[in-house]
Amino acid sequence: MENQKQTQNKPSGIAVFFDELSKSSGMVTFLAILTGILIAGLLVALTTVEVYDAFSISFWSGIKEALRTAWNTYSSLFIGAFGDPKKIAAAFQGGDGLEIRRAINPFFESLVQTTPFIFGGLSVALGFRVGLFNIGAEGQLFIGAMTSVYAGYAITGLPAYIHIPLALLAGAAGGAAWGFVPGYLKAKTGAHEVIITIMMNYIAFKLSDFMLRGPMKDPNEYTPKTPWIQESAQLTRLFPDTIRFHIGFFIALGVAYFVYWLLFKTTWGFELRTVGSNPNGARYAGINTTKATVVAMSLAGSLAGLAGANEVLGLNYRLVPSFTSGYGFDSIALALLGKNHPLGVVLSALLFGFLRNGSRQMQLKSGVPIDIVSILQALILTFIAAPAIIRSIYRLKKPDHEEETIKVGSWGGN
Amino acid sequence: MADTKSMQIENKQVDKKKTKSHRITFGIIYLVLAAFIWIVFVNGTDTSILTTFNMTPGGSSAYMDDWIFPTASTLSTLAFICAIAGAYQIIRGFGKFTNGILALVAGIFIFSFLSWASSGGSINLAGLLRVTVVRAVPLTLGAMAGMLCERSGTVNIAIEGMMLTSAFVSTVIASLTNLWIGMLAGVLTGGLIAWIHGVLTIKYKVDHTISGTVINIFATGITSFLSSKFLQKTDYQYLNEPGMFPQIDIPVLSKIPFVGPILFSHNMYVYAMFLLVPFLTVMLFSTRWGLRLRSVGEHPKAADTLGINVIKTRYMAVILGGMMAGFAGTYFTLGSSGRFDELLTAGRGFIALAAMLFGNYHPVGAMGAGLLFGFFDSLSAKASILKVPIPSDFLGMMPYLATIVVLAGVVGRSQAPAAAGKSYDKESL
Amino acid sequence: MAPLLELRGITKRFPGVLANDHIDLTLEKGEIHALLGENGAGKTTLMNILYGLYSQDEGDIFVNGNKVTINEPTDAIKAGIGMVHQHFMLIPVFTVTENIMLGEEYVKAGGFLDRKKAAAKITEISDKYNLNVNPDAYVRDLPVGTQQRVEIIKILFREAEILIMDEPSAVLTPQEVDELFKIMRVLVDQGKSIIFITHKLREVMECADRITVIRGGKVIGSTTPKEADTKKLATMMVGRDVQLKIKKTKSDPKETVLNVENLRVMNSQQHLAVDDISFNVRAGEVLGIAGVQGNGQTELVRALTGLLPPTEGKIEILGQDTPQEKPRFITELGSAHIPEDRQKDGLILAFPVADNLILNTYFHEPFSKGITLQFDEIANSGNALVEKFDIRTPSVNTPVSNLSGGNQQKVIVAREFSRPIKLLIASQPTRGLDVGSIEYIHKRLMAKREEGCAILLVSTELDEIIQLSDRIAVMYRGKILDILDAQDATKEVLGLLMAGIKPSDEMKSQAKHEEQIILT
Repeated sequence: MENQKQTQNKPSGIAVFFDELSKSSGMVTFLAILTGILIAGLLVALTTVEVYDAFSISFWSGIKEALRTAWNTYSSLFIGAFGDPKKIAAAFQGGDGLEIRRAINPFFESLVQTTPFIFGGLSVALGFRVGLFNIGAEGQLFIGAMTSVYAGYAITGLPAYIHIPLALLAGAAGGAAWGFVPGYLKAKTGAHEVIITIMMNYIAFKLSDFMLRGPMKDPNEYTPKTPWIQESAQLTRLFPDTIRFHIGFFIALGVAYFVYWLLFKTTWGFELRTVGSNPNGARYAGINTTKATVVAMSLAGSLAGLAGANEVLGLNYRLVPSFTSGYGFDSIALALLGKNHPLGVVLSALLFGFLRNGSRQMQLKSGVPIDIVSILQALILTFIAAPAIIRSIYRLKKPDHEEETIKVGSWGGN
Repeated sequence: MADTKSMQIENKQVDKKKTKSHRITFGIIYLVLAAFIWIVFVNGTDTSILTTFNMTPGGSSAYMDDWIFPTASTLSTLAFICAIAGAYQIIRGFGKFTNGILALVAGIFIFSFLSWASSGGSINLAGLLRVTVVRAVPLTLGAMAGMLCERSGTVNIAIEGMMLTSAFVSTVIASLTNLWIGMLAGVLTGGLIAWIHGVLTIKYKVDHTISGTVINIFATGITSFLSSKFLQKTDYQYLNEPGMFPQIDIPVLSKIPFVGPILFSHNMYVYAMFLLVPFLTVMLFSTRWGLRLRSVGEHPKAADTLGINVIKTRYMAVILGGMMAGFAGTYFTLGSSGRFDELLTAGRGFIALAAMLFGNYHPVGAMGAGLLFGFFDSLSAKASILKVPIPSDFLGMMPYLATIVVLAGVVGRSQAPAAAGKSYDKESL
Repeated sequence: MAPLLELRGITKRFPGVLANDHIDLTLEKGEIHALLGENGAGKTTLMNILYGLYSQDEGDIFVNGNKVTINEPTDAIKAGIGMVHQHFMLIPVFTVTENIMLGEEYVKAGGFLDRKKAAAKITEISDKYNLNVNPDAYVRDLPVGTQQRVEIIKILFREAEILIMDEPSAVLTPQEVDELFKIMRVLVDQGKSIIFITHKLREVMECADRITVIRGGKVIGSTTPKEADTKKLATMMVGRDVQLKIKKTKSDPKETVLNVENLRVMNSQQHLAVDDISFNVRAGEVLGIAGVQGNGQTELVRALTGLLPPTEGKIEILGQDTPQEKPRFITELGSAHIPEDRQKDGLILAFPVADNLILNTYFHEPFSKGITLQFDEIANSGNALVEKFDIRTPSVNTPVSNLSGGNQQKVIVAREFSRPIKLLIASQPTRGLDVGSIEYIHKRLMAKREEGCAILLVSTELDEIIQLSDRIAVMYRGKILDILDAQDATKEVLGLLMAGIKPSDEMKSQAKHEEQIILT
């Protein structure tokens, strides 16, 4: 009897579980991604002529065609990201090394795509943690690529175990310098970092245009390109040919752990997070907010710079004009999706990396432009930024605490 | 009982130190510029060298003779004027003319630079200025779009995205119908996207900068997606042939030498800018509508207690701002290139934002900033024909550097509306 | 005849709080009806409902016997209700005219503002009620007292019959308060009716026609100043016997801990906020700094705690020169600071209680070793402090934002008092707290004084200053006009000083004499 009474009073374990699940932010993240994928799929279907043709035959054939289109798109995306399971199975049965590498290449290529996202996402996330919106990852990345490429081709005669770290450091330093400027201006004059970093982006583009056409141009080339970097500066590849996967991925994971440790386990991180959460309180507590701001922006810049270094040292081996493709904005999306936590950033970088890589295959196979990934990102991000939308669509319960939101504020005055 | 007046806690003891240090800083800057003109420009120039400014842009019928003057002596005179301005600035200050003098000195410096850079040859000054006006159009319109939003309390970093999307839509619609309907569709698109920005920031209280960033990502994605899916395919080329608004020469005015071709021989976008700037100024500062709009951007709670619907007003301003951005977006296709290409706005939306800050949230200031940025833009395009090897990239950096300098408060600080960027929550004090 | 205004059964719930519990209230034409209650009793919530800023969950509002629905401030304005808010609803960058006519603009054809016509009406109102306001001035240039009168004109401009005044005296000197009461009397004589919200007994006794006491969101009772006695009102307000006076032993000041000489400080607008101030505080005594808000107290405290570098002068703490030192250096010397705005300066709201308790000691052992934080130690010490200082929180991992105002203040007190301190700078330590928390904080402060800590107490609450201080300095426009012994300081004398008038010795002794007569 008494047992029964208790179960009546207390909701059952499953109900509690669903209740908690419904309140959790992980659920929102999951549903945000799912909803984004659904809407993007719908968009693909709506922009496909065959779907309309099928609709003109009958409603059901239209629906069927729409579903088929969406399925084709996402399955080619999946195959592009992970590899074709059939091919992989066949290759392993065949036992030919080259074939196996070709079959599993998409997976590793996705990891290759993930690597700069990790660095970029960490850069923006670190900024957010200190209350700074680093919209300038793009420019910092560019400068980082430039400095590391220079270290890569101009310095000769070093062994790889010195040259690689040196070139990476050069990239980090270049990015840090580009992050230092907005950080310093913010701390000293109150100029808002959003506009300053955007301006720094354009200055970086102009500067690199100039460098590539002038001082850093490879004299043997007709078009603006830098010389090839020394072999000793190339990030070591872990597999023989066709697989471009290199140690950059592991460096990124290591850096992510370092950022985590720094932010959450050290007094420095405590200071940075305090400044980010309440700069007045931080000042009151005797923390040097000026220093924290400058250090944070420089660190954020160096992380973005590493993303650039990683690209030129690990993949391209030289720098060409406009080699970035919106990493800056992607990084913001990543940081937000990852809740500005290094682990979250790594996970969302994996998601984006696989999406990006898969979308190439998708573009080839099903003719859906690669830009669908940007749309998908924007959708996911919207739902992450406004969880109330997801909560109302899926009738989720309100969380007990107010959800943590990021505030950037205005930029005119102080 | 004491007199009420004597009790007033007035803090009128404004310390003059700060303004004084500002005064001296400016004075020193003027002197440095004078010295720079003297040492770099004048010294390196032989006294016999002439500078030629062409005063008629290519293809214009309003002819004016070239302006030819001896470079070195003219520049010496200008350096002297700068030096005097600097000295007077340090000793006495120009009071309320400070900003005017600042503009004058800046103008002299730019003029000197041009004269020096084209010494021994010629530069088409009229053409340069004509292009300046054209390049200023999207920046000024975009800045006013941002201003409408921000004056009402919503930060809008999505001007770029709004312009891009409206450029796309206007191209397609204009290709299918006509220019005016296409333009209208672009304006409405801008309004629609702004409405989304409004829903996210006003209703869901998403941080304004993040919402704007999301919209920018989305706009980039959707326009590139649709463009590569349709506009770039030969089958659909007919969707990317909107045509362009024709140039309209204003009767009489366009015939004035020099000034005519620069100001009065453009397509309708330039005239729209000339009309919208004073119109918006009057609307913002002299009407009930403007007073209410600004009040919700300064102190929404106060406006609310007086019965002003903060939410509605903000939506209205944001949507109007979006429509302005949409109009600016249609300029790129219907007023400039005549076709849509991926990312054709090329960051102008962000520079427009800078122009807004530079222009201190005022339409006239925005146009001033737009013209300044437009000038550097058009100069960097012409850098290759200058005699002096200044890399065009460095000229191209000038607008961005100038914005940073302004934001850092080196030359005055812009005053943002007090509540800009803060979502309004009625039931909190 | 129906009363001018009647509230029936007004109920308002906020998440977890019943702010108004079936409140009934009437207002007759031509009366000043005081709504008395301590902070958090629900007075302001009730008035915000009446003004349409919140909407009630239950209950009705009647004006002249007719039921009205008030969902928006517009509805309230239409019903003839106006409100002077505790925090002024004025836009600093607008002129007086623009502020007043906003929402009710005078326009010419085409929607253009008719500033002249509006200014004329404002001048007319200003003259009629003797309010002395210049319609063309920018609000940011006006002193607080004038800003309040602008708020009153705003209501009269809309021809309201009912004026709600929410804690109008908080920002005024005693003399300005008297002036305000005169204005309120003039308004009532001309046929207006006023609801006057306050937590100050003295003011109620002085100016109200009728008094309603609210506690915990409920009406406790109604009375008139004639029938009421202060002690009973206080008990009604707080719900138990209140110890109006705290027992204070004679101070026994020892060595000088804080010595300030010729200090000058600029505020953020580059105005001279602290102008040539000199004083000292000795171990075991409380120096109170009285003054109307905005007379430089904030800047003084910020300069003393290293948050704002002074332009001139000397600050010595325990013999150490500190004027250009950083906050860290000053706290490490043994100086503690209870900041004026606890949420803005004193706490990191998003951080858990435990982290807030180590906010300025995190870099010391045992909370960290080298650069790594020691989480066990932080939690242990947090739990101990939560117990010792009776902080009501579910756990030390709860974000401070979830705590009540009183408990948030206790977190600050716990943190500051758990360090070995020689000097305590307490700025508005009890602002916005309920009586229980106020008593607690006062006791803690006095205990610190007994231990031999030097205390600088800055408060705009005269009662608090008089109760706790051994000596009282009065600040006016950045200067200290006088430093008095607590025995010599009467409200009258302090009030004059706060208004910038130095009373003669004769006046001082006379005031003292009069006060004794009143007290006996």
